[in-house]
Amino acid sequence: MAEYLLIVIGAILVNNFVLTRFLGICPFLGVSKKLSTALGMCGAVIFVMTSGSAVTWTLQHKLLNPLGLGYLQTIAFILVIAAFVQLVDIIMKKFLPALHGALGIFLPLITTNCAVLGVAVLNIQLKYSFPKAVVFGFAASLGFSLALVIFTGLREKIDRANPPRAFQGVAIGLITAGLLSLAFMGFANMVK
Amino acid sequence: MEWTPILVTSGTIGGVGLVCGGALALAARFLSVKEDPKIAEVEGILPGVNCGGCGFAGCADYAKAIATGAAPVDLCAPGGAEVLHKLAAAMGQEAVAGEQKVAIVLCQGTEQNAVHKHVYNGVADCNAASMVAGGDMLCSYGCLGYGSCAFVCPVGAIEIKDNLARVHPELCIGCKACVKACPRGIIHMVPESRTTHVLCSSKDKGPVAKKACKVACIGCRLCVKLGGAAFEMDGFLAKRNYHFPARTGDTVAVKCPGKCIVNTGDPEDFEAPASVSAPEAEATKSGSNA
Repeated sequence: MAEYLLIVIGAILVNNFVLTRFLGICPFLGVSKKLSTALGMCGAVIFVMTSGSAVTWTLQHKLLNPLGLGYLQTIAFILVIAAFVQLVDIIMKKFLPALHGALGIFLPLITTNCAVLGVAVLNIQLKYSFPKAVVFGFAASLGFSLALVIFTGLREKIDRANPPRAFQGVAIGLITAGLLSLAFMGFANMVK
Repeated sequence: MEWTPILVTSGTIGGVGLVCGGALALAARFLSVKEDPKIAEVEGILPGVNCGGCGFAGCADYAKAIATGAAPVDLCAPGGAEVLHKLAAAMGQEAVAGEQKVAIVLCQGTEQNAVHKHVYNGVADCNAASMVAGGDMLCSYGCLGYGSCAFVCPVGAIEIKDNLARVHPELCIGCKACVKACPRGIIHMVPESRTTHVLCSSKDKGPVAKKACKVACIGCRLCVKLGGAAFEMDGFLAKRNYHFPARTGDTVAVKCPGKCIVNTGDPEDFEAPASVSAPEAEATKSGSNA
């Protein structure tokens, strides 16, 4: 149990995907202008990364490893994750239209994101078992959501402030992201 | 040469791809949700600017409302007559054409014309500026020039020059976003074909208005005498009645003592922004009205 707790804390705070591993920067900067869209994105990321972890772990250990094709993981993972998300998109549209309305437009956006591929590859590199891989995927996406929500809150504040002309827009956004990342460095080495 | 690894590799990836593709194909075949084809058709007709002038959250939302009969077809201002006719045809309705309307700022209070009351150095936003002692211009009706209208304009048709907002009518799509944004309420929608305007909104008496701005309406009623039904008075402010053409508009514009009645028919009144040269602006204009 303690092991799982360490994985969760490690993925959310210590090795935060966005702020420490620098994965998933694109949605981090792209959809952080409004809290409602950011939350929609968080939902999609949590879903895709958790289920993506399960699917890719199975693929690696049941298909690629027995055939000695471990080196194909990148291309195979992208293929499977993309198809899987499309499939879920279709199923969700049919049976859960309300959920599809909330997450729908974000699902295709996150499909081949580096954070999603990153968690899949890390699961293999860190030699996690299946339940650990799923927990790690879920915790990593929670960490992404935490960073995104904090950053969105900061940007909404900055929008109402009046930074010097040279810093307006993306510039002050990037500086804020850097400071936020530095703050998370305070957790470094808390969990090995 | 050893063929097995190549075959195994391509076979595995190909097999995975085939399974995924097959699953997707089956899902698309059996789980597809039937969307009303009318929605796609209507969405194709709409201009896709997503200006929100119709009151819906973008063109897709409006298309859905039209297709389900929840909204009338004549709410799209950017589309103009062309889109209206196509929409009416698609929905099997009779088209009732209205003339394209464009926005205009009824003020000429440039840096040179209007007098400042105090120095405002807060947030560069008209709503914020007007909250500080009613704005920094002596005229309490005129343009503040901080560009709240230009900020909301989805097509960049409003230019702030010399502290005054000007609408480029050839770029305006008629979405009314600026009308809602202006805290002074001096942006109005006028028929595109009318070119004579009263470019002043000051309801002050002549001397007061004149003190605040060089080109203010002083309420002399000369335009009503010369222009007839095309002009009418609202207290000390002349107003243009756009139902009637200002045939003598040129004369009125020349004779107006306050120099606030202007004929904008002359394209040299407005300089096209650097990115759009004059012929291109003409082309967009004729294209949207064709």
